[in-house]
Amino acid sequence: MPTVVIPALLRKFTGGVERVEVPGKSIRELVQRLGERFPGIDRQLLQDGDIRPSIAVSIDGEIATGGVLDTVGENSEVHFIPALGGGEV
Amino acid sequence: MPVGKIKVVPAEIGGGFGGKTTIYLEPLSVLLSKKTGAPVKLVMSRSEVLRASGPTPGSKIKVKMGATKDGKLVAAEIWMAYQAGAFPGSPVAAGALCIIAPYTIENFLIDAYDVVVNRPKTAAYRAPGTTQAAFASETVIDELAEKCGIDPIDFRIKNGVKEGAPQVLGPPFKRIGFIQTCEAIKNSEHYKSKLTGKFRGRGVASGFWFNAGMQSSATVNIHTDGTASVVTGSPDIGGSRASMAMITAEVLGLPVTDVRPITADTDSIGHTDVTAGSRVTFATGMAVYEAAKDAERQLIERAAKVWEKKPDEVEFRGGMLHAKGNGVPPMSIKQLAPRFARTGGPITGRASVNARGVGPGFATTVVDVEVDPDTGKVQLLRCTVAQDAGKAIHPSYVEGQMQGGTAQGIGWALNEEYFYDDNGTLRNSGFLDYRIPTCLDLPMIDTIIVEEANPGHPLGVRGVGEVSIVPPVAAVANAIYRAVGVRMTQTPMSPPKLLKAILKHRGATQHSAAAD
Repeated sequence: MPTVVIPALLRKFTGGVERVEVPGKSIRELVQRLGERFPGIDRQLLQDGDIRPSIAVSIDGEIATGGVLDTVGENSEVHFIPALGGGEV
Repeated sequence: MPVGKIKVVPAEIGGGFGGKTTIYLEPLSVLLSKKTGAPVKLVMSRSEVLRASGPTPGSKIKVKMGATKDGKLVAAEIWMAYQAGAFPGSPVAAGALCIIAPYTIENFLIDAYDVVVNRPKTAAYRAPGTTQAAFASETVIDELAEKCGIDPIDFRIKNGVKEGAPQVLGPPFKRIGFIQTCEAIKNSEHYKSKLTGKFRGRGVASGFWFNAGMQSSATVNIHTDGTASVVTGSPDIGGSRASMAMITAEVLGLPVTDVRPITADTDSIGHTDVTAGSRVTFATGMAVYEAAKDAERQLIERAAKVWEKKPDEVEFRGGMLHAKGNGVPPMSIKQLAPRFARTGGPITGRASVNARGVGPGFATTVVDVEVDPDTGKVQLLRCTVAQDAGKAIHPSYVEGQMQGGTAQGIGWALNEEYFYDDNGTLRNSGFLDYRIPTCLDLPMIDTIIVEEANPGHPLGVRGVGEVSIVPPVAAVANAIYRAVGVRMTQTPMSPPKLLKAILKHRGATQHSAAAD
């Protein structure tokens, strides 16, 4: 089952829990299941049905570019981190 | 105005360094042009640029680090506040991400604040937010190494991040070359040489920049004479178009002189994001590679048609098309090109990417300085920088980026600052009084290109344009400490400021000696 690492600022939704196993094959499914388990956390991650522009998604150590459309593997590790552009921030 | 009705024609510019990614006058020009029906040119004077655009933020950073007696880092507590200017948006997040990135530290807390102040809005400047962060962290690392009695490079190697280690924000690093940059400096002729003479010191520092991916498009056109052109939308601020030609030539097995690189306007090439973030050779290079491979696939199909074979019976290698099996002599692109019309028409390879697989960059810098204790002037005696480029497509241009970033870092360390009077007016709004280093101030900056291939790029490329500006301020500060025993905590370490610190240190030392 994929593992989602909860960013520090959102652990108030999870009662301080940092790593959560969440079933799903896409980022959309993971966020949806997170929201069901920890109400409100999904609204922090989503805007207009996609990942907020201020948030980047890392899947297995690589910054993904597909937003909620990205797929995850059975043993994937997913991080939600601040989105930063290089050379301009 | 709809985006599709705007055409942007790229100009040849010198450096960009991030500051030219901000829109200032262009919308005004467009509106005035619409109103008048005439072309409109708006130009900022140098004084206006310095007074009203950018700069990189001032900052206040507190770093506390702990290590075991044998030099293992165990904890770090960091507080950082950056000036954003009149509107929010300093690069403090980038600074926070990078400040301890080269090291594996199990326990850390970083508090970072974006502070609105009554100054122009800050703008990007080469690895935004990170040079000032490294000044704080790398001088503390230097102090710790000294306290532990460990060589500063060995200290960094002992604690350096490796593949699989978590980054500050959590995701693990993939293949990286930080320790290799440290070892390159340690094994360099510069570091092995003895530094002798009074008031001379050697300083080391390292740095990190995460680099960017983003979107790029490319087309590769094969002409009827078998030469090619590669068209991209990334303005060239560091020699990237030569690398685009080289990548195309490499894939197609052509002499690079047979490939013409073109930087096109926005009507002539697909969407391409900004030239920034050390992304062009990585992301646009990725698009070029894919476009060239697309052209290769079409060449195979055409050769198959000519030979009346199936495409999977044809190979492309060494710049030649080969029919599998015996009896058919190989064919060059030059030989096939005149037959394009008969086999289906012109060949254009195309690709667009939203580039994934960004490889971060590390650099380690060593400087030797001599300080004049009577004036506070610092003379750079020698400087060497090692940087992980992944794969240096064009080594001379990579070297140029390393030297340029290092030179800017040295200027930041020793001279560059804004002087405001009591009315808040910038008093040094020109390069006569805003002192950047010239070639008279700097020794030849020696470069060592480390190549730990980025697994996320077909050619192993990492961005190289920015990370070299990150270590020099700290390296110079560490060198000054070894030269005159003074730890500077503010930039620039210009003669008046350093002299004041030297005299204070001298007074304290004499007082302490008298007390003994």
